[in-house]
Amino acid sequence: MDLNSYLIISAILFSLGLFGVITRRNGVAVLMSIELILNAANINFIAFSRYSGMDFSGHIFSLFVIILAAAEAAVALAIILNIFNNFGSINIDDANKMSQ
Amino acid sequence: MINYGIAILLLPLLSFIIMIFVGKKLPNRGDWLSIGSVAITFCLSLSLFIMMLFKYDPYFKVEKIFTWFNLGTLDLKIGILIDNITIIMLLVVSLVSTLVHIYSTSYMKEDSRYSRYFAFLSLFTFSMNGIILSNNLLGIYIFWELVGLSSYLLIGFWFEKESAANASKKAFLVNRVGDIGMFIGIMLFFSSIGSFLFKDLYLGVSQGMFSVDTLTIAGLCLFAGAVGKSAQFPLHIWLPDAMEGPTPVSALIHAATMVAAGVYLAFRLFPIFTPQALTIIAYVGAITAVFAAIIAITQNDIKKVLAYSTVSQLGYMILAVGVGAYTYGFFHLVTHAAFKAGLFLCSGSVIHAMHHAYHKLDDHKSDAQDMRNMGGLKDKMPVTFYSMLFCTIALSGIPFTSGFLSKDAVLAGTLAFSSQYPNHFLLSLFGFSAALFTAFYMFRLIFLTFYGKPNSKKVFDNIHESPIQMTTPLIILSSLSFFLFFTFPNFNPLSYDGWFMTLVKSKDSLVPGYLNPTAYQIKEEIGQAHNLALFLSLSVAALGIGFAFLIYYSKLISPDSIYRRLKVLHNLSFNKFFIDEILKKYLIDPFLKISKYIAIFDWDVYDKYFINGFGRITENFSKTVGNLWDYKFLDQKIIDGFGRITKFSGSKLRLIQSGKIQNYLILVLVGIIILYVFQAI
Amino acid sequence: MDFNILSWLIWTPVLGAILIVILPKNRMDLIKWIAVFFTGIQLLLSILLWFNFDNNIQGFQFMEKSPWIPAFNITYMLGVDGLSLPMVGLTALLSFLCVFVSWNIDKAPKGYFSLFLLLDAGMMGVFLSLDFFLFYIFWEVMLLPMYFLIGIWGGPNREYAAIKFFLYTLFGSVLMLIAVLALYFSSGRTFDMIELMSTAPTALSQISWWGFSGVKVVWLLLFIGFAIKVPIFPFHTWLPLAHVEAPTAISVILAGVLLKMGTYGILRINFPMIPDGTVWFAGILAFLALINIIWGGMCALAQTDLKKMVAYSSINHMGYVMLGMSAVVAAGSKYGSNIAAAELGMNGAVLQMFNHGTITAMLFILVGVVYDRAHHRDINGFGGLASKTPIYAAIVALAWFAGLGLPGLSGFISEAMTFLGAFPVYRNIVILSTIGILLNAAYFLTSYQKIFLGKLNEKYKDLPEINRREILILVPLAILVIFLGIYPTPLIDIMKTTMSEIIFRVEASELLVK
Repeated sequence: MDLNSYLIISAILFSLGLFGVITRRNGVAVLMSIELILNAANINFIAFSRYSGMDFSGHIFSLFVIILAAAEAAVALAIILNIFNNFGSINIDDANKMSQ
Repeated sequence: MINYGIAILLLPLLSFIIMIFVGKKLPNRGDWLSIGSVAITFCLSLSLFIMMLFKYDPYFKVEKIFTWFNLGTLDLKIGILIDNITIIMLLVVSLVSTLVHIYSTSYMKEDSRYSRYFAFLSLFTFSMNGIILSNNLLGIYIFWELVGLSSYLLIGFWFEKESAANASKKAFLVNRVGDIGMFIGIMLFFSSIGSFLFKDLYLGVSQGMFSVDTLTIAGLCLFAGAVGKSAQFPLHIWLPDAMEGPTPVSALIHAATMVAAGVYLAFRLFPIFTPQALTIIAYVGAITAVFAAIIAITQNDIKKVLAYSTVSQLGYMILAVGVGAYTYGFFHLVTHAAFKAGLFLCSGSVIHAMHHAYHKLDDHKSDAQDMRNMGGLKDKMPVTFYSMLFCTIALSGIPFTSGFLSKDAVLAGTLAFSSQYPNHFLLSLFGFSAALFTAFYMFRLIFLTFYGKPNSKKVFDNIHESPIQMTTPLIILSSLSFFLFFTFPNFNPLSYDGWFMTLVKSKDSLVPGYLNPTAYQIKEEIGQAHNLALFLSLSVAALGIGFAFLIYYSKLISPDSIYRRLKVLHNLSFNKFFIDEILKKYLIDPFLKISKYIAIFDWDVYDKYFINGFGRITENFSKTVGNLWDYKFLDQKIIDGFGRITKFSGSKLRLIQSGKIQNYLILVLVGIIILYVFQAI
Repeated sequence: MDFNILSWLIWTPVLGAILIVILPKNRMDLIKWIAVFFTGIQLLLSILLWFNFDNNIQGFQFMEKSPWIPAFNITYMLGVDGLSLPMVGLTALLSFLCVFVSWNIDKAPKGYFSLFLLLDAGMMGVFLSLDFFLFYIFWEVMLLPMYFLIGIWGGPNREYAAIKFFLYTLFGSVLMLIAVLALYFSSGRTFDMIELMSTAPTALSQISWWGFSGVKVVWLLLFIGFAIKVPIFPFHTWLPLAHVEAPTAISVILAGVLLKMGTYGILRINFPMIPDGTVWFAGILAFLALINIIWGGMCALAQTDLKKMVAYSSINHMGYVMLGMSAVVAAGSKYGSNIAAAELGMNGAVLQMFNHGTITAMLFILVGVVYDRAHHRDINGFGGLASKTPIYAAIVALAWFAGLGLPGLSGFISEAMTFLGAFPVYRNIVILSTIGILLNAAYFLTSYQKIFLGKLNEKYKDLPEINRREILILVPLAILVIFLGIYPTPLIDIMKTTMSEIIFRVEASELLVK
């Protein structure tokens, strides 16, 4: 398998994620789409790491990203929980108090 | 000698200064001070005169020159000149002045401004002496105007009368017209010679520094001053009006001395007059002589008759200068001064008496100077009558009087001139006809005033002879008209050869290339013309007196019938040939009107529209610029335009700012795509 | 010299003004006496200057010079010569007398007297400064107090008069400023008048702007600036208005001193610095003089407002000054090197400036006297006052006769000198100008007759006589008028050296060579 296959998968994954972030109104779904984007990046890290000499910097970056994604998910879910508590919905368009 | 001159000049000035400031507080209201100063002046002049008689030198001359101021290269020199002419003039002025002063102590006694009157008389005496003593044109001009001032002050002495105020103004202004001419003449001479002194003037003329034309014009310009001051036609109009002043003033200033200053000037300047100028001068004199005499015939105011008579006699003197018999002109000036002053003082005496009579009767309407109100005063006022009669005889030119001598000499001069230049025969014709009229109007005056029936019995009863202060001067002046005073040591009453003619020598003309026939030949001619002139002048005088006798004494001819027959002439004469009216209508009024228009133009048109126009243009311009351009266009359109664009675009662009993160992300995506596409291209 | 007398002359009134400003408003008498004190000191100083002045020295005396703005070569430079000394004396005398004339000012005297002193300082500065920049500053300094003095203490139409005076004069000043700068840049960047007198004539002749020669342009710019002040026809109409509206003392200063600044400026700056321009313009100057004389005289003749008549008489009298000035060209060989005529004209002009100062001051003070009593100035509204107020009538007669140029009074000799001087060069103009002598007599005598002679107008049968204060103000002026009329030598001696110097500078112009 060559590098392109990985990159195409990663691109598809990124596009799906981006599509989800832009189109979904559900906060949890947006979070999930962001996870997809992050994972697309992880695939790229590992793929580039694999094909450009065997150092582990790509792997290590991926690990960091996974950890950050977990932390981010935790914080974001807490925010979404709060939004739900305040607005009675997890639709992000309803959380427009700042713009009013 | 010069000290005498300075003392004579300054004493009256000193008296004027003291009188004007403290005169009222002095005992007797200060009259003694003025009289004293002028009497001393008289004594000094008399001693000069006696000295002159002892010296008996026709060419006697003392001169002292001072520098008035220095301008670097130019020294402005003035000075004092004493020669025989000066001495004679000084004596005349100081004598008449002294007598008038004495006369005035009585005449003006009741006036509230008594001391001021004497102050003004002193001022006049000072200025008149200044004219006589000056050895230069500038000095003469200065004192010329100063006598004008004193004349102004004295004519307008009773300034409450509107007519007096008008007369004084008129006198000053008319004189100024002449003075302007004189000043132009002075400038013409000065600009070539650089000096005002007669000496340098004579020298310059004799060296031919002037062309004949320039000299003629300059001479006539100077003569214009004499025309003004000596009341020659057409500037004579001020003198009759000047009779508004107190009568002694008329005697001193407007008969004997100041008005003669013009003749004196012409006399002094004779050597520089060109023949052309002299001809014009002669005609001015001749016209004045006959013209004023005609007017005098029909006047009813006693002083007006005398005033026109003065104008006429001054015309004689000018005529004498013009025909070259100028020493005789000067002679006539001196003799005339005595008897004309006498006549005026006599008329003053009559007026005084009439005035008192009216005053006593509480009549403030009747005119104390109108001869028609008088009549038969001969017995009431004998001293006045006989003095006046003698002066009248002198003025009419009857033998044994000084007037006969001088007038005869002047007429002989004109006759000689006419025989030399037959086409100028009019000059002697005018001269003799004036003599005829003179005899007529003077005796008309005498008959109307002193003979006949009194106009009103009540007034007549209240007439009294004047007090001694007034009659003494009359006696002195009238007796001075006796021929012997002027012909001594010659006792022939028909010949004027005496000290006067010996001591006053005629000078030759200094105009180069022009041997003056009027100085040499005329003199001989005069000798020949003398007898003819004697005969003619005596006959015309007799004729004049005869007519006056027939009309006004024996009343064989009624004046009314003559009046009816010569209505036009009478009207012309009675109205003074309408000169005043013509001048007023065609000269003064238009001028005043032009002045008024100019003033209105200056203030209401030029300033209001032109000068303020600049302001208004600036204002309107500012308004246009400020309002239209600056505010409406620049500010409203351009500057505000930027704001409006910004506002508009803002209002549109703010729609992008939805606050929805997903929109932003789309934009970011679009942006990236665009960037990518651009990069690819 | 340790004692800078010229600076003291200028700054003494300023000290007084400052002192008055810090005084409380209600100390009316003190304010007046302070004004008296400081103007009095100034007068004493000017007398001191007068007696220490050496008549025979050419050029300037009592010079003071210190740098002021070195970057532009501007210095504080003062000096006095035979031209400025009579003007200094006149300014000091009239300022001192005018404090007494304004004794009855009761509207804000504090402001009035402080502004008055400031005005005094400005006038003094104009006459004494030898640095062109300083001259210009003083020229403007004087304008401002004048504006307020007319605008606040004037007659009914005062605001209009004040603004007109101010704008008109300012217009002239601006033109003058351009000329000053032109001189500055063309003659080696200096404002030093003495230096300019020697460098400017050649420097300017090499310059032209858009085809106009520098000489003519700069001369004209300066001339218009000064002509407005004189005022020379056709720039004269501000004068009657300002005079009619100004309070008496300010009219006196205006006519007595301010008008002289115009002719002073022409004599100080135009004549020596731009001789070519002077020669070029002298004929027109003489012609303008003629118009001033006749126009002013005729306008005066037609006036019914006494003060306006006197104002127009000033226009007429300043005409004689210009006529005399135009005679300067007589010294050139083109006109026969008639130096005597040039001397007569120039000395006559400056003498006439001084004499007009004293005479017109008398005239305005006397008009003020009757206005204070009758509250109007209509010539036809009086009549016969001479019998009611003889002393007043006598003093008026003196002033009036001085005004109409009666010999024996000062006006005559200066007028005669200007005529005699200009005559050889401008014969016809002078002959026509002599009509002015008649006009003078006509309007003065007519107004005198209407006011003082004839029957007493019943309305004024209780008119009070002139009081002691007013007489005392007039006496020094009257003495000067009479004294200088008889014996002008002291004044002529002071100025003749300077006049010869100016004549010499103008004569140097190539245009005058035959």
